[in-house]
Amino acid sequence: MSGTAPLRRAGLVGPALVTVLVLVGVPLCIMVWVSLLGRGTTIGVDWQSVPSLANYARLIWEEDFDGTLLFNPTYLSILWRSVWQAAATTAICVLVGLPVALWMASLPRGLRNVVILLVTIPFWTNLLVRNYAWLIILREDGAVSWAVNALWPFGPVQLLYNDTAILIGLVYSFLPFMILPLYAVFEKFDWRLLEAAYDLGANRWRALRRVIIPLAMPGIIAGSMLVFIPSLGSFVTAALLGGGKSMMMGNLIQMQFGQSRNWPFGAAISVVLLALMMLVLMGIALWKKRAEQST
Amino acid sequence: MNSAPSAIAVRSVSKSFGRGDAMVRVLSDVSVEIGVREFFTLLGPSGCGKTTLLRLIAGFEELDSGDILIDGVRVDHLPPFRRPVNTVFQSYALFPHLTVAQNVAFALELQDLPRAEVRRRAGEALEMVRMGALAARKPAELSGGQQQRVALARALAPRPKVLLLDEPLSALDLKLRKEMQIELKQLQAEAGITFVFVTHDQEEALTLSDRIAVMQGGRILQLGTPREIYERPAHRFVADFIGEINLLEGQVSGHGKVRLDCGAEISAGAGQAAGARVTVAIRPERARLVRGGVLQAEVTHVAYLGTATIMQLRLADGGPFLLRAAADDLPAIGGRVQVDLPSDALQVFAA
Ligand SMILES: Nc1ncnc2c1ncn2[C@@H]1O[C@H](COP(=O)(O)OP(=O)(O)OP(=O)(O)O)[C@@H](O)[C@H]1O
Ligand SMILES: [Mg+2]
Repeated sequence: MSGTAPLRRAGLVGPALVTVLVLVGVPLCIMVWVSLLGRGTTIGVDWQSVPSLANYARLIWEEDFDGTLLFNPTYLSILWRSVWQAAATTAICVLVGLPVALWMASLPRGLRNVVILLVTIPFWTNLLVRNYAWLIILREDGAVSWAVNALWPFGPVQLLYNDTAILIGLVYSFLPFMILPLYAVFEKFDWRLLEAAYDLGANRWRALRRVIIPLAMPGIIAGSMLVFIPSLGSFVTAALLGGGKSMMMGNLIQMQFGQSRNWPFGAAISVVLLALMMLVLMGIALWKKRAEQST
Repeated sequence: MNSAPSAIAVRSVSKSFGRGDAMVRVLSDVSVEIGVREFFTLLGPSGCGKTTLLRLIAGFEELDSGDILIDGVRVDHLPPFRRPVNTVFQSYALFPHLTVAQNVAFALELQDLPRAEVRRRAGEALEMVRMGALAARKPAELSGGQQQRVALARALAPRPKVLLLDEPLSALDLKLRKEMQIELKQLQAEAGITFVFVTHDQEEALTLSDRIAVMQGGRILQLGTPREIYERPAHRFVADFIGEINLLEGQVSGHGKVRLDCGAEISAGAGQAAGARVTVAIRPERARLVRGGVLQAEVTHVAYLGTATIMQLRLADGGPFLLRAAADDLPAIGGRVQVDLPSDALQVFAA
């Protein structure tokens, strides 16, 4: 009896394990392997080359004519800007998504479903098309640009082709990923707890901080991961709304596999990106565990 | 009359839920003045509007009409967090992300008290409800009765002027419930808190309250001390709801005489017109087994309680009659007895 139980468990877990291995593990190994190889002439990777860490080194140092290594901040600054941009996107999505989700949960049931539909409608259209739409909205001779410039007292403002434009585009693209998990929390929320907080003397702000936000934490964390991770890897928005001037990690990777035909370098950046995301996820997990222990 | 404002004044308050055809009137023209330091109880059957009245006082519902004053100040426009009242919720409403101790400290922390003071007062409140040992638990790890006690401690910790308690002891076992009743009563007297207490346990209401409001269908039927309510119920419903009582139907047969449906004629019902249908009420302990008594009855059941005997009788028309007598009066089941109804023990209600 006791001998068959582990066997049966293995049998149940097996298919999932195999799927994960084949669909995630194997491609990941290939990617790491490619990141160690040299650049090829025809297909972007030279399978015969000797594996080395040269592609990773290139992210930090550049080789001078005489072979000495010089510190090269270009890629690190792109990395930094991408992380910063993704973090800012996530923060704005929390700030906007929280009130929206709260508002949605307060609607009558019938209306709620309509609003959920409205929130998800953008997904029906291709991301590229939606980014082009922003291109039109924010363009220099557009109504928005005109209105902003009419109201803004400190000289002319350009809305397009800068980091702000990218931020707007990213927030727009990923906001639903924040709203939906938050809404899922608030839909089940026991509003009597809010009454209890008021009753004990908490004003609206303190009730929000001490009761609503702590209880919405699972939704905030889930939404933040759903926003941060794709923002960090996104390239369409930066390419279109950033006008190609401000490069992001995503653009850099895409370029290596496209124009530059340097697959190994692209793979190396991807591995770094992956490691970064793992770090963020582990940080969140650790923080969550600590928060649970401290209370 | 002294001019001190009452702790709570409810004036002609009405409240409905829903609109159009689905509209239900939950409170109709309710008025009540609750004195400072009074232990005031709202008593009534489920759905009569007790919780709704408390929620109006606490500020969770808006009035349709009427006024509510706390300490002489109109509070209609004040949000709940600006009203000097705390609530023990019928549903407990404990914060699931906080420990028992943090729940109880919630209001104290909002008052920006020093940490040591917060800890001390939260500890005191927890001790009072005997939950000190479980201070580090989360609400989900507590039984219903334990949660209820935490809810009580949480509302008591900030020492409000007025405490609204919505069936705060309903989930406790009998022994703990009796103990907590005494504790509550003591605390209320010592700390000088005004209690508005909701229960549908009439015994609890009678033992604890300074005054009781008996509610039914969104109205206050009678307002009075426990003694007044018990001995002089103003309505048939109140008489029936509080304690045990015999209700005998009959018809006024002429000046101060009522012919009961079981055939007996008794002197009662002075102010009623001849021919009117009335209900005559008498408590089981006020009726007496007397040879030559006016009611003829047959003993159907006898229960010996140690301090008294409860007898179930059947009247001539088949109706039941409950009688409480001294412990040594033990007639045989099936025996015929006669019951006297002292006229000062009778209440007559128009049918
Ligand atoms: N938000 C609401 N919407 C519609 N009807 C409501 C609402 N709240 C209460 N009611 C109705 O109002 C009536 C009184 O409710 P309330 O909760 O005040 O009763 P209660 O006296 O506290 O009863 P219980 O002893 O069961 O707690 C009930 O019929 C209830 O269905
Ligand atoms: Mg209730």
